[in-house]
Amino acid sequence: MKLAVASGKGGTGKSMMATNLAFTLAWTGQVTLVDCDVEEPNLHLFFPAPATTRDVTMPVPVVNESLCDHCGKCGKFCQYGALTVLPDRVLFFPELCHSCGGCRLVCPKNAIREEPKKIGTLSTSAPMPGLTLVSGTLDEGSPHAVPVIRDAKKHAARGPVVILDTAPGTSCPVVEALEGCDACILVTESTPFGLHDLQLAVDVAARLGIPAGIVINRSDGNDRETLRFCTDHDLEVMMTVPFDREIAAIQSRGDLLCRVKPEWQKDFWALFAKCRALTGVDG
Amino acid sequence: MKICFTAKGTTLDSQTEERFGRAPYFILVESENGSFEAIQNPFADGGGGVGPRAAQVLIANNVKALVTGQVGGNAREVLAAAGITMYIYSTGTSVRDAFDQFTKKTLEQFA
Repeated sequence: MKLAVASGKGGTGKSMMATNLAFTLAWTGQVTLVDCDVEEPNLHLFFPAPATTRDVTMPVPVVNESLCDHCGKCGKFCQYGALTVLPDRVLFFPELCHSCGGCRLVCPKNAIREEPKKIGTLSTSAPMPGLTLVSGTLDEGSPHAVPVIRDAKKHAARGPVVILDTAPGTSCPVVEALEGCDACILVTESTPFGLHDLQLAVDVAARLGIPAGIVINRSDGNDRETLRFCTDHDLEVMMTVPFDREIAAIQSRGDLLCRVKPEWQKDFWALFAKCRALTGVDG
Repeated sequence: MKICFTAKGTTLDSQTEERFGRAPYFILVESENGSFEAIQNPFADGGGGVGPRAAQVLIANNVKALVTGQVGGNAREVLAAAGITMYIYSTGTSVRDAFDQFTKKTLEQFA
């Protein structure tokens, strides 16, 4: 079961949902928690533990100037402007390269080979017996979040339950994280902004064909607009967390609601059961 | 010598365009006789990497100087490597006025 936590709006409580769900499930089974918010990973703050790391790379072209006759075919082919061919040399802009490999294929002189370029890091840790945490971290200055997310997902593919915490928004990094998931939790809050971005997130999940359920966090106890939207779009509100100073304080000091107040674990068990039901699997 | 002016339209009276890579048109003026041609920038609405690709259009057209408002870092690297001198013109009047100032040598080069 691959379960993504997304939101549209940032700061609604994706990480809170993902960490508490993983923490609860890890008492009885094997859970892999994947931090797909590679531009700002934060799940490790809730699960401090020694981690093993490895580089994430993407292939980029290297031109052998002794073979290149500056015909310009690679520069014309590159849709991203990463290669510019001058009469006497080739200029390469690695941050524009998408690693499609096309330049190497179109080169009539076989003057282009590919070399790995580091764009990020993958960290893996085991903060509690049933839990594996995989965090992707994009290098500062690199614009390529998607390959880091892809690598993190591939690394976490094993395991009966995989929970993916996505970046906020609805752009490529979120789509990459959601793709291939069995269900997703969309976390929203009792604000017009929360609802507006929830609508965008619902649309993305629908287009990807991923069943979605809603969690209302920081609920004001009313949520009229959000509930109306969910009814209109046949979306189940799987859980509601009240706007509560104590919960906020627990979260803010890097602790977990379900660790400090174990009575919340039954609510997260219930949430997980509803997520399974979304996929059509019983229990 | 061929000079490129970034423009919103296709004539010498067209307003200049501040941006290089996303300029709708490049007006190429022959400095010896003032004759010109307008070419549409195929990358004006491109997704990304438009600067270096637009620079390749100038290189292919044998342009020796560029007059524009802003040039991004990648495009600047390409233009400099190709030996194209870049001049700043950001008052946004007409291509004719920019050409006039270029001829009078009152335009500053990009640092």
